[in-house]
Amino acid sequence: MAYMTLKDIDVRYDKKKQVLKGLDLEVKEGELVSLLGPSGCGKTTTLRVVAGFIEPESGVFSLDGEDLTKVPVHKRNFGIVFQSYALFPHLSVYDNVAFGLKMRKLDKGQIEQKVKNILEICGLSEFEKRFPQQMSGGQRQRVALARALVIEPKLLLLDEPLSNLDAKLRINMRMEIKRIQKKLGITTLFVTHDQEECFSISDKVAVMNQGVIEQFDTPENIYQRPKTEFVARFIGFENFLSLKKEGNVYKTEAGAVFTVETVKDGDFVAGTIRPEDIRIAGEKEDHNVLSGTVGVRTFLGKSYQYEVLTAEGKFLVSRPAEEVYEEGSTIRLYLPESKLILVNK
Amino acid sequence: MRKNKMLTVFAVFVFGFLILPLIIITITAFGKGSAITFPIESFSVKWFVKVFTIKSFRISFLTSLEIAMLATVIALLVGIPAAYALARSGLKGKGLIKSVFLSPTIVPGIVIGFVLYQFLVLSLRVPVFIGLLAGHFMVTLPYVIRVVGSSLEQFDFSTEEAAWSLGCGKIRAFFKVVLPNITSGISAAFMLAFINSFNNIPVSMFLSGPGVSTFPANLMNYIEYNYDPTVSAVSVLLMAVTVLMMVIVDKTLGIAALAK
Ligand SMILES: Nc1ncnc2c1ncn2[C@@H]1O[C@H](COP(=O)(O)OP(=O)(O)O)[C@@H](O)[C@H]1O
Ligand SMILES: [Mg+2]
Repeated sequence: MAYMTLKDIDVRYDKKKQVLKGLDLEVKEGELVSLLGPSGCGKTTTLRVVAGFIEPESGVFSLDGEDLTKVPVHKRNFGIVFQSYALFPHLSVYDNVAFGLKMRKLDKGQIEQKVKNILEICGLSEFEKRFPQQMSGGQRQRVALARALVIEPKLLLLDEPLSNLDAKLRINMRMEIKRIQKKLGITTLFVTHDQEECFSISDKVAVMNQGVIEQFDTPENIYQRPKTEFVARFIGFENFLSLKKEGNVYKTEAGAVFTVETVKDGDFVAGTIRPEDIRIAGEKEDHNVLSGTVGVRTFLGKSYQYEVLTAEGKFLVSRPAEEVYEEGSTIRLYLPESKLILVNK
Repeated sequence: MRKNKMLTVFAVFVFGFLILPLIIITITAFGKGSAITFPIESFSVKWFVKVFTIKSFRISFLTSLEIAMLATVIALLVGIPAAYALARSGLKGKGLIKSVFLSPTIVPGIVIGFVLYQFLVLSLRVPVFIGLLAGHFMVTLPYVIRVVGSSLEQFDFSTEEAAWSLGCGKIRAFFKVVLPNITSGISAAFMLAFINSFNNIPVSMFLSGPGVSTFPANLMNYIEYNYDPTVSAVSVLLMAVTVLMMVIVDKTLGIAALAK
């Protein structure tokens, strides 16, 4: 059962460009779902629709079976962590965190107990009296998280929360976020454009492109079985060849035959494969083969990476360091059917 | 090094040019003779005493204080929300609206005075005090919008959104989160607006009427008939009050608040 649902959401800024185009997303209770995609694809906009900062032109946002599309921000009870942290500069750490509880008119004792508890969980107990300007980026980040969590929100929303931290701190903080999220069991939407960050933290990933979700799946499936060429490229596939379906096999424009494990819907698809999965074809291989000329060779320690120019374009091929092919020589590449992934164009 | 020396000489020159007249006026205020002379022949504080014995000075001083205070407060009440709305909206014509709001600083005061005189006094026959207040409101509003506006430009509006998300309604969030973070801008706006209203002559000249006149207008009147060191003494007192206000602001907020 879906806990949070976005259904057919359309958003336009200034009545012109449509930023979200019939976006659908379903999140289960307690899951951490990431929105992953290049800058400008509409991740922040999606998050702002959920938060209630933007009312969509059409579509429904519901949580736990309740339609919240028209409910104003301050009545939604969601915790939001902003990219800039957005701490209140005029309030101490304690008062920043207590802000939401004061709005809920809890009594002083309860507020104190809840604030202390969350500060402890976020490792901030000793900073209670500090002001935001007196803290480092990582500490501010934790305050922002504590402030969002202390209200026991029904949903936690994070917009690129780690992008202002240095590399080492990012890794620590993302573990921290995941730990706290699991500990509190809070359903979370996490926006990022960093795929490593996204894969390491998420239960599920929604890869976005130009206002739609291209694939919504587990990190493993996204990594191993991208469904569209966009998703494949975004997560690092670089070798693509155009294929046309003919019966149970596929052919390139030049007529080379390729077999695959499972045939896909649609006559025109793209095949893709990782550089380390490409082999050198033997005598007996007569299909799933591409001939090419060896171009630039790069030494990568354990292996060499070759640029191979084929009729289908440039292919990157990774071969063990013991095997050496000279630039300019002709080789036949074998793309095993078990490793060749078909994606929609 | 050479360049630095030149710069220092230049700075001293400019500073002297600004400060010298003030020093001279201050000295003349302590003269004994009944004409303003420099240097003075003998020392006396009688002109300071005289300032307080002139009734029209006392009354107009209070009028000016009252008008400057009221005009500034009204300008803050109107100007802060206006500046906020301007900063917050993604309107296309933002630049145009801004310049319309700031137009009174571009249009000469004498024009505003004349227009308001035509419109308020001759056509609508509003009471003199109200007319003056309206004129001074127009003079002060641009300062409020400009200074508070630049303070809002530094403000991260996502903090306001954070407050909403924590259960704070929009109006409440404005008071709890926006206002406390633009206080220095508001004080600076208050100071500028107040001083400009208090010192304003052109608008007041047109809108003063029987029995109601502002202090600078009154002072101008006085100078026409009596050219004695009372004028210097008044100037010194005004300077002292301004300096005092500056010191208070500096002690409470830091002088940087005015430069923002
Ligand atoms: N307030 C706005 N007004 C107009 N266009 C906007 C606004 N916010 C975002 N956009 C546009 O909407 C698109 C999606 O933006 P956004 O959701 O911020 O993308 P992301 O977070 O994935 O980088 C972008 O093309 C951006 O230029
Ligand atoms: Mg964004």
